[in-house]
Amino acid sequence: MQALTNRAKPVDRAPMTWVEKLYLWNILKGMLITLRHFFKRKATVKYPEQKRPFSPVFRGLHILNRDEQGRERCTACGLCAVACPAEAITMEAAERKKGEENLYREEKYAARYEINMLRCIFCGLCEEACPKDAIYLSETFAPANFQRQTFIYGKQDLLIPDPVKEPELYAKAVGERGKKN
Amino acid sequence: MAEEVKKEAPKLFKVTIDNITIEVPPGTSILNAARQIGGEVAPPAMCYYSKLQGSGGKCRTCLVEVAAGSTADPRPMPKLVASCRTNVMDGMIVKNITSEKVIDARNGVVEFLLLNHPLDCPICDQAGECHLQDLSYEHGKESTRYEFSRRTFEKHDLGPYIQLHMTRCILCYRCVFTADQISKKRVHGVLDRGDHAEIATYIEKSLDNDFIGNVIDVCPVGALTDKTFRFKNRVWFTKPVDAHRDCPKCSGKVQLWMRGKEVFRVTARKDEWGEVKDWICNDCRFEKKDTADWTIEGPSHVSRHSVISQGHYEKLEKPNETLVKVLDGRAPKLLMDIHSVSEVNKPTVKLSAIEGPAHSDDFNTAK
Repeated sequence: MQALTNRAKPVDRAPMTWVEKLYLWNILKGMLITLRHFFKRKATVKYPEQKRPFSPVFRGLHILNRDEQGRERCTACGLCAVACPAEAITMEAAERKKGEENLYREEKYAARYEINMLRCIFCGLCEEACPKDAIYLSETFAPANFQRQTFIYGKQDLLIPDPVKEPELYAKAVGERGKKN
Repeated sequence: MAEEVKKEAPKLFKVTIDNITIEVPPGTSILNAARQIGGEVAPPAMCYYSKLQGSGGKCRTCLVEVAAGSTADPRPMPKLVASCRTNVMDGMIVKNITSEKVIDARNGVVEFLLLNHPLDCPICDQAGECHLQDLSYEHGKESTRYEFSRRTFEKHDLGPYIQLHMTRCILCYRCVFTADQISKKRVHGVLDRGDHAEIATYIEKSLDNDFIGNVIDVCPVGALTDKTFRFKNRVWFTKPVDAHRDCPKCSGKVQLWMRGKEVFRVTARKDEWGEVKDWICNDCRFEKKDTADWTIEGPSHVSRHSVISQGHYEKLEKPNETLVKVLDGRAPKLLMDIHSVSEVNKPTVKLSAIEGPAHSDDFNTAK
């Protein structure tokens, strides 16, 4: 076959000499590469003690947001569910009764809200679709489990802690991303 | 003899709308002539309703430019005219979407209609089939220039079945005409003037008339909504099917909005302009929420442009199940029944059976 470029090197097929047959120099060359890697920066971290910072656009577990007064923002408009390509989100709406104004921001709210984390592909389209700033993808992984049942996340799993009643937990949930803003 | 022939074939008027010429009988409005052409040429209408006499002329969304009045008098009309209230003349030339003036004016009209509209679409049950929503998507701007607080009203009930959200109303008067013309007794109307004008009943008098439910279908926005469907589901998650029943009061031809085997809502069937085809009675609309009450004809036709068409299949062909055959007759092992974990859509809880909207106690007792 004709060479396409003139960078091809012809292979030297001459028989090896006695010194070459010992492979000493080649072994030493290989060991030197190994030795150099001891002093290089490591590609891994010691995970549970040390954690990698998340990218600011990381899309992890969902969180249902509350407003400054601790009221749930979600109004069960169904836009996240209709945007969801994996059909992971389901909800049931209810009307706010008199006396529940401190719990829910709007007249209608999600009485039940579920995300099937087995179906979710963490694309973030629900976050983009939400007109009420209610759903966000956080910087957390979904914890692994042997049971499928544990991956159906209800409202109690998704809601952010109340900023009025549990300010420390809320600050922890908001994390570094909240401090920047 | 000659006179008889004349009567049989009345002279048709030639109108040109957006460079498309059509012949229509005298007395036709520009809007109806444009609707005969169809498609984008037809101006949008928020208040005009072909089935209601005297409707139209209030919202000004159907404004068109008349470039030439008629063959006899080819001068253009000085101002844009409301096409639902202007009749055609022979040789009239009308510009709708081809006129920049019309598009500009329509954008302005939409801005005016939205001045006091609360834009609570995420809450509103009409979202997804709302004419004002469609109109503002086509013509609206992203932000408002209005700096003052919007007019607000207390929401109140018109009878046991109809919920009125006056804040969303655009005062098209369609429901007033419906009550006047379809039912014999009208107890609601528009009270006060200007900014204070509101649809109301005298002393909260309930609207007990067999056909009053039609005001819900006629309303172009979410001002009048079905209380039996209130907050139950979003329209685009329910599946519209055509159904009929033997009704002694009305035609019985309706559209059911179903989810699984539950009937969430019953409405009249609508034509391509979003107008009701046959009026239906309150019995059909509010009382018959059981699949057994209806003879289902099949999925209704939904325009591809509507959000309701998501997941809506009119000709569904299911492929043969091959899994059992491949597994030598064994059924696949079910790893998890979603209803054993999920709290949503429980087979034991029938949301459609709850009378009004669901409340917190409905969900607490259902557990």
